[in-house]
Amino acid sequence: MNETVEKVASHRDYAGAKLGMWLFLLTELGLFFGPLLLYVMHDIRHPEAFHAASQSLDKTIGFANTLILLTSSLTAALSVASIRRGKTELTLIFIFVTITLGGIFLVNKYLEWTGKIAHGIYPGGDAFAELPPGEAVFYGLYFFTTGLHGLHVIAGMIVLAVTATLTAGGIVNKRDFVKLENAALYWHLVDIIWIFLFPFFYLIS
Amino acid sequence: MASEGAGYLGGGGGPNGLSSWIFSTDHKRIGILYLVSILSFFVVGVSLGFLMRLELISHGPTIMEASTYNSVFTLHGVVMLFLFIIPATPSIFGNFFLPIMIGANDVSFPKLNLLSWWFYMAGAALALATLALGPADTGWTFYAPYSLRTGTYVSLAVFAVFVLGLSSILTGINFVTTVHRLRAPGMGFWRMPLFVWAVYATAWIQIVATPILGVNLLLVIAERVFGIGVFDPAKGGDPILYQHLFWIYSHPAVYIMILPGMGIISEIIPVFARKVIFGYRAIAYSSLGIAGVGSLVWGHHMFVSGSSYTAGVIFSFFTFLVAIPSAIKVFNWVGTLYKGSIWLGTPFFFALAFIFLFSIGGLTGLILGALSVNVHLHDTYFVVSHFHYIKFGGAGFAFFAGLHYWLPKMTGRMYNARVANWSCLILFIGFNTLFFPMLLLGIEGMPRRYFDYLPQYSTLQIVSIVGSWVLVAGLIIMFANLLRGAFRGARTTENPWGGATLEWKIPSPPGRENFEKIPEVTKGPYDFRGLR
Ligand SMILES: [Cu+2]
Repeated sequence: MNETVEKVASHRDYAGAKLGMWLFLLTELGLFFGPLLLYVMHDIRHPEAFHAASQSLDKTIGFANTLILLTSSLTAALSVASIRRGKTELTLIFIFVTITLGGIFLVNKYLEWTGKIAHGIYPGGDAFAELPPGEAVFYGLYFFTTGLHGLHVIAGMIVLAVTATLTAGGIVNKRDFVKLENAALYWHLVDIIWIFLFPFFYLIS
Repeated sequence: MASEGAGYLGGGGGPNGLSSWIFSTDHKRIGILYLVSILSFFVVGVSLGFLMRLELISHGPTIMEASTYNSVFTLHGVVMLFLFIIPATPSIFGNFFLPIMIGANDVSFPKLNLLSWWFYMAGAALALATLALGPADTGWTFYAPYSLRTGTYVSLAVFAVFVLGLSSILTGINFVTTVHRLRAPGMGFWRMPLFVWAVYATAWIQIVATPILGVNLLLVIAERVFGIGVFDPAKGGDPILYQHLFWIYSHPAVYIMILPGMGIISEIIPVFARKVIFGYRAIAYSSLGIAGVGSLVWGHHMFVSGSSYTAGVIFSFFTFLVAIPSAIKVFNWVGTLYKGSIWLGTPFFFALAFIFLFSIGGLTGLILGALSVNVHLHDTYFVVSHFHYIKFGGAGFAFFAGLHYWLPKMTGRMYNARVANWSCLILFIGFNTLFFPMLLLGIEGMPRRYFDYLPQYSTLQIVSIVGSWVLVAGLIIMFANLLRGAFRGARTTENPWGGATLEWKIPSPPGRENFEKIPEVTKGPYDFRGLR
């Protein structure tokens, strides 16, 4: 079927593409608003249990992961700066580093999760059922929220990989780089959400 | 003046196969896709509601078992809310007319627009799949803890609603961006038709509120599949928090349903009164006011859920407050009619029916918003009647008004006006016969969602059931007339109602491009000088 009904030339609207992306990021924040609200409500009810459970999380891994994501945000920003100057190769390198850092973050997360799961602390696990009420909710929220965030990291890596292909193919270039810019924006969002999650789950007292 | 062939509808050598529709990125064709799919699901929803009423015609099981009844009212709610009334006006008329009314050739993200429709269809397919597998019996609210325990396909139903929410969000993003970026030269914000204002305000609610419902539904799934414990008291969780998260979305969702409908009425009233709308800015601001204050009232659904007295007073106060912008609109519509030279066309009759029914819905809402009265009326037929007056009498009738106002533009053909007027009257009578007795039943204490009832409720129940037959008859007449009009009706002109907004300046049906040349806007949307 030929699509003569389609609009002939899709005009480029840079500001529109950016606005749409910002609105989308807003909805992502709304998505994490729910679990964080639940967290605050439960924290008010079970302060001791939440403190105890929070102590058991590995702060070192959490802190390392925060640094990793912050660095990756920087490299994502640098990839945009490079394409603006027309340096395609440098752009690709920075995207590659960003994706790799995302991968390292996920590996850390995986180790952290499997550590807990090995001790039976996961929804449905033996130790989980024995936990005092508040702590169970803490871990429930921990797995849910970091899991949801992990899915966003994966999504971000896929988006970056796609933009890398587009950059290599010349579709993203010095004059038209809004796709890469939006991908980087998304990556910053993933980073910012983690910066909220980290103190909530690892540092409260 | 019709365009060559049938404009965007194809014909005259244009592509018109199925794939030229379901993969089209033309906002007009997507609007038609929504029209066809949403109305199909509306038929499903009506049938379920009809069967529910019929079941109550005698005591004990009549045509179904009690458990089936629970599934039927759940599915009726899910289909009517998430598949019909939430998407109906924004996705059909918003898609079709928002770009045209601001002088644009399409929305900002046409491909995303098509994706929204596909998400909508996927969500609908999942929701209807539960019908075959084992429909949820929780009610459309999916309240924990019951929704966590019941053996029915709740996870699938909940996931269906999640996907539908995604579709709604993407549409919202598209509309906000379109309004900001694609207005024609001269189309300032204060020259936008009030329908555009209403859809714009709605789009913001879709963007801000829907993700909270989305994550709440994901939490229900996680709770059911893994047992994460957030809503489970045994693990220290709290089912009341589910209600909070649910209503933080679902009260604003009421405005997703009603605001675009109010936009339609704001278009029709001035056109048929041949007068500039009274209080244009007040109506526009009140849309934003409703969107804002409406997000602070969710607690009025939880007065008897053990929330504190202070919280109750605050939520009650905001509930009364949100009535003000709604009332501003009603006063302005009535004010527009004053000294207008009124033309009694079909869309106008539907608009009048809307104002009457919506007023009853709004006033009964105030009764429910009062703390002490709410304790008596909570979870009774009074509530059922109230929200049907808002959602069906309000949003539904506004949507019907929109159908009669805009279908001639969309199809290029006119329906039979006499039949349409009669269908409006029959619908109006049927609706009130169906739902007004429910107000009385509620005051007398008939609880909602019950499969059976005490003998003293029989008379009013029977009246209400007869009302449902009249209503269905009205719907059949209305849709038969509209369908016949769409395919066989007389060709209509470019501007059958003498409207001043931009959609009336292009052919009926519009061509493939809305505007050969983007228009230069020089006057307001309700300036009827020089028009018939
Ligand atoms: Cu409400």
